[in-house]
Amino acid sequence: MKAKFSLDDDGVVVIIGSGAGGGTLADELTQRGVNVVILEAGKHYTQADFENDEWAMFKKISWLDKRISAGGWHHTETYPNLPAWIVKGVGGSTMHFSGLALRFLPHDFKTRSTYGEVKGANVIDWPISYDELAPYYDIAERKMGVAGTKASGLPEMPPNNHYKVIAAGAKKVGYKDISRPVASNTRPNDGRPACQQIGFCMQGCKIGAKWSTLYSEIPRAIETGRAELRPQSMVLRIEHDKSGKVSGVLYADKDGRQHLQKARVVCVAGNSIESPRLLLNSASSLFPNGLANSSGQVGKNYMNHTTAAAVAIHKGPVYMYRGFDIAAVISDEAQLNPDRGFLGGYHLEGLALHLPFTAAFMKPGGWGREVTSALEQYDHMSCVWVCGEDMPQEENGITLHPTEKDQYGLPIPIVTKTDHTNDAAMRRHGLAAWRKVSEAVGATRVIDMPPYPASHNMGTNRMSANARDGVLNKWGQTHDIKNLFVSDGSQFTSSSAANPTLTIVALAVRQAEYIAGAMQRREI
Amino acid sequence: MSNTSSRPPMRVIEKRVTLSRRGFLKGGGMAALGVGALSTATLMMPADEALAANFKVLGAANGKTLLQLARDIFPHDRISDRYYLQALEPLEAQAAQDDKLKALLTEGVAALDRLAKLRFKKAYTELPKESDRLSLLYVIEHGAFFQKVKGHLVTGFYDNKAVWPLFGYEGSSWEKGGYINRGFDDIDWLDNDA
Repeated sequence: MKAKFSLDDDGVVVIIGSGAGGGTLADELTQRGVNVVILEAGKHYTQADFENDEWAMFKKISWLDKRISAGGWHHTETYPNLPAWIVKGVGGSTMHFSGLALRFLPHDFKTRSTYGEVKGANVIDWPISYDELAPYYDIAERKMGVAGTKASGLPEMPPNNHYKVIAAGAKKVGYKDISRPVASNTRPNDGRPACQQIGFCMQGCKIGAKWSTLYSEIPRAIETGRAELRPQSMVLRIEHDKSGKVSGVLYADKDGRQHLQKARVVCVAGNSIESPRLLLNSASSLFPNGLANSSGQVGKNYMNHTTAAAVAIHKGPVYMYRGFDIAAVISDEAQLNPDRGFLGGYHLEGLALHLPFTAAFMKPGGWGREVTSALEQYDHMSCVWVCGEDMPQEENGITLHPTEKDQYGLPIPIVTKTDHTNDAAMRRHGLAAWRKVSEAVGATRVIDMPPYPASHNMGTNRMSANARDGVLNKWGQTHDIKNLFVSDGSQFTSSSAANPTLTIVALAVRQAEYIAGAMQRREI
Repeated sequence: MSNTSSRPPMRVIEKRVTLSRRGFLKGGGMAALGVGALSTATLMMPADEALAANFKVLGAANGKTLLQLARDIFPHDRISDRYYLQALEPLEAQAAQDDKLKALLTEGVAALDRLAKLRFKKAYTELPKESDRLSLLYVIEHGAFFQKVKGHLVTGFYDNKAVWPLFGYEGSSWEKGGYINRGFDDIDWLDNDA
């Protein structure tokens, strides 16, 4: 029962993007009787397209349209055109999503009141609290099938070698909060099979054990007969009427032909680079600085987590690639403790890299025996990704290139990021902690890696209680335009130390409830 | 340190090639990998000369230098030259289509040899001491030629499925049912320490 909506149908909700935010929203809105058109820039891959091959999948599904890394971060040298590692395709970055589904902590929603003023940062509280979001975290954990959570009822992911070696070291140094809440089935669930410990979770789960909107939310939405998915549809601008309400969306199909889809409501869920880029590109005489930008905060406060990575070489084999890619996650350091010399906290996330990516990311630009002597011990390695809170800074953000245009004729995005002083202190602490954890089980060599391109992009259309401080209210509705919403991680007011996907899904469920209600009440 | 558990021992990958060079050639390994078939004459040559003869576009002399350079950039003593050849082969194929790249590579080799002769009165490949060769590479490591070869090798060498077993890496696993029954949790040395 596939729905097909006319371009002139102005009763539909147009959702731009089909990842964690857009895909979830489509599911939740259609379950509530709302008609939606999903415009997805990328192709519609299926599990048949997934390969257990890091580079092949990188080339196949990554968002590789030109972007520029700018600012003070190392990416300007190491990854000048790959500021972020995200996906272009139906299901968006949920294909590449590691599966790690951590909740924010209560203080993450109150960073301004907790930290006070942070020099050089643009910190405010969220307009919602942890308690308000908690029931939606439960729903999100159930939808995504997060292993080991009460809400899902699924058993924990069984420990693999990589988990065991990290957990043993963590316990030895006194860490207590060791867990692995991953959105992958530990028994058949929601029409999908149980995890077979294949690895390659970030290359698209071949059997669909790991949650992705590609084969969970999107097909469910389509089955209702109230959703139409249009892949390879790149949105060029959002149109509005004289009153300033959005009225439709102009997009280019796979052949470059342009179409205008009318809309009652528009929800932007294109990730934290594309979403502000689209709002900025939709500037008009009524909104000369871009849509929903009366605050001037669209595209600002870009956060991508304070990250670092390291490998440890152990005295026995580990084969970290065997089994679920996320290994043990140590969360003791995610708690607040200003005595460490930095604000916020971080998770130490065991994350397996396969050999090709280990070679590429361990010492980017490196060569010689320093590199090869380590790689020869690949089978003995464990690997960590440090994921820590990143401070919002107004000058970090997404801007439009003054002259250079992409294949759609749109100015290419410049992603500017400079570390806050807090980041350096946290990174140092995280790498030292990993070294202790590794050496506790006899690791003979620990190699710090520079951060590799992150998939976590947040903050560029943030929520705020006051319209002057941010772009969105507590429903992800723009302060300026009632029928325009943002539904992805760009809503985040703070980054927390938690991977963003679970929170994006929880917010999308909550937003869908609000939109469906507001439509029924004829408020939008 | 006895393992007291009754579990089977950890499934360990021997990081070796079990195929002899002779067997490899006989089995048509090169041809299967897209490298030109070897003539009888090349079979008579020393291994590195025979391999260098595969550089049809850049020529055997340049090929020999590139093979040595590749090994000096990512030296793995236990891994034979033929994997370095396999790593370089796509670069040569690109050079066949791209004159600028071809010029970068041939001129890069020439410049490296000029530098070698200036310092050591010998071509780069004639320098037996690794430290002498490296002393030259430290001079050129930020240049376009070195950067191009090195950048290519990161994937050319390490993304070659044929070398993966030599690192104890098993590659694609879904078609084998993943690792759920193949040792995802069989680590056996930890209990003695942890």
